[in-house]
Amino acid sequence: MPGTGSEAPAQGGRDASLPARAKIAVTAGRVAAAVSRTAGRGSGSVIGGKVALRLDPDLLAKLADHLDVVLVSATNGKTTTTRLIAEALRAAGPVVSNALGANMPAGITAALAGGSESRFGVIEVDEKYLAGVARDTRPKAIALLNLSRDQLDRAAETRMLAERWREGLKDTEAVVIANADDPLVTWAASSCRRVVWVAAGQAWKEDAWSCPSCGGVMQRPGDDWFCAECGFRRPQPHWALSGSHVYDPQGAAWPIQLQLPGRANLANAATSAAVAAVFGVPPATSLQRMQSVAAVAGRYDVVTYEGRQVRLLLAKNPAGWLETFSLIDGPPTPVVLSVNALDADGTDTSWLWDVDYEGLVGHPLFVMGQRKLDLAVRLEVAGLPFQVVDSLAEAVRTAPQGRIEAIANYTAFQQLRRAVAG
Amino acid sequence: MSDSSLRLVWVYPDLLSTYGDRGNVLVVERRARQRGLDVARIDVRSDQPVPTSGDIYLIGGGEDRPQRLAAERLRVDPGLPRAVDNGAIVFSVCAGYQILGHEFINDLGQREAGLGLLDVHSTRGEGARNVGDILAEVDPRLGLPPLTGFENHQGVTHLGQGVSPLATVQVGGGNGTGDGTEGAWRDTVFGTYLHGPVMARNPAMADLLLKLALDVSALPPADNTWYDALRGERIAAARQQQSA
Ligand SMILES: [Zn+2]
Repeated sequence: MPGTGSEAPAQGGRDASLPARAKIAVTAGRVAAAVSRTAGRGSGSVIGGKVALRLDPDLLAKLADHLDVVLVSATNGKTTTTRLIAEALRAAGPVVSNALGANMPAGITAALAGGSESRFGVIEVDEKYLAGVARDTRPKAIALLNLSRDQLDRAAETRMLAERWREGLKDTEAVVIANADDPLVTWAASSCRRVVWVAAGQAWKEDAWSCPSCGGVMQRPGDDWFCAECGFRRPQPHWALSGSHVYDPQGAAWPIQLQLPGRANLANAATSAAVAAVFGVPPATSLQRMQSVAAVAGRYDVVTYEGRQVRLLLAKNPAGWLETFSLIDGPPTPVVLSVNALDADGTDTSWLWDVDYEGLVGHPLFVMGQRKLDLAVRLEVAGLPFQVVDSLAEAVRTAPQGRIEAIANYTAFQQLRRAVAG
Repeated sequence: MSDSSLRLVWVYPDLLSTYGDRGNVLVVERRARQRGLDVARIDVRSDQPVPTSGDIYLIGGGEDRPQRLAAERLRVDPGLPRAVDNGAIVFSVCAGYQILGHEFINDLGQREAGLGLLDVHSTRGEGARNVGDILAEVDPRLGLPPLTGFENHQGVTHLGQGVSPLATVQVGGGNGTGDGTEGAWRDTVFGTYLHGPVMARNPAMADLLLKLALDVSALPPADNTWYDALRGERIAAARQQQSA
């Protein structure tokens, strides 16, 4: 099947039309990826992409040239939304996508090089690289979901990211599909020529209390927001999420039925429906196709481990934890929290204190991971009872009955996946 | 204290609450309540006046632009200096620490005036950003165990005659001046570069603020089991970071 992702084999069409140097680069990248796969270094897509980019720095642009490219960026939800959009657009033609979440230029190049004869390239982009990838791939649509604090010990400041988006996207030909409920995203997108505003909601508000434009204090009555000093305000949305329905620009309400849990995924689906509509795929079709997505790169996967059901939930930052607390099954469902602070997670665990833990009241709580003691102090101060455990196995043995919700940040999540895989 | 409850003021959570600074407020509040105190927590947004009648004021860290906005607003608000004159306790972290000094370098690369409540001024460091675990011995006059925290700053803070270093660095950068100092204090005003949050890593510091506010030399004991476990782990991690 063509264009199902970075693992798809190379076939005729696309490669034949590439200039010679690009063709060599694609081949070299593919060989390197194969070697790295054999050597057991993961999917190999990132390594392959790096080799290819070194041989031909314009490769990404050349690979994207024949595709209708959709870029997806955000702090949270970009992998899932990329997957939902890819499913929706398959109604209109074959899709190539970096489905495994390799979202920097090398990984994106590898994904596009692996697919052929696709019509659409649906690409998740790390928020720091969005401007450059948008320049290289000349997208038809760009979906901007949210921006919030994430790995502050090494990442750029949140408003700085919004500014980079704003600068980098102001001349784009793409239709920008942007979250009108996120002031930082709105500010980034409002310099673009063609914007479709989606009222997708944003539970986390702590990074947008000062006006991104003038620095004034943001007023946030109900779902609205505005700056009283410069007049920057929430735009009138074209699409709006309301409960589990999305309203299209004609005012028709479409029910969203997903296997994926939570408000954030309803928002991701609403945005995805707006993106699909840009390419003529109506909400009835796109939303129905999104229903087939059950888990995304292991996220939301319900697994059986030691005879117990465990749902694996990835959440990497305060906004992600807040959304995740709101989607778990109610008490007395046991909840495992696992936090690491390796380089890929960010080494500063202070963010654990930015989240409100009220959503966990009444749940038996188990803390684990490299930084379980940070979690222990956090929960102690929140006044919530908890148990410190060394492994998921220990949590499962101790936890009262019922499906267990396991919430983990990046490398802790990977460790959970390995643990349940045996 | 002004009345029966401890007035805990959190200055500008909308601008200066980027690195878990809420944790400092929560730990001080929790430890006060565990000692049977009533706590009135007052979160002051940057479009509101800073009250003068607080007992303890906490000011957190923030990104460069919010730091400038906070300084602009605090400079025209007499609340905090008046509170200090009244003997209030002020504890500041990172960007907040710099704002309490005479001046710092803002997001536009310009010198920005602070409040002058601490005799320090801050410049921007030339070298690598100080990021990582930090371990420091506290000024012995404060009678506290070693400070553990996480630092993440480019700023360098120079101490004047009117303050003492809060601590002496064993591992990490601290004030970044190369003399091994970390933070500054004078009477009831404190500044530090330590995140973590610092109160979660150092509950004795939270207790010190409470003792100063209550004007007592001791507090009823509190259960420190998990704090102590965390401290042990982070102090060992800092030492390992140094030998690595
Ligand atoms: Zn404004």
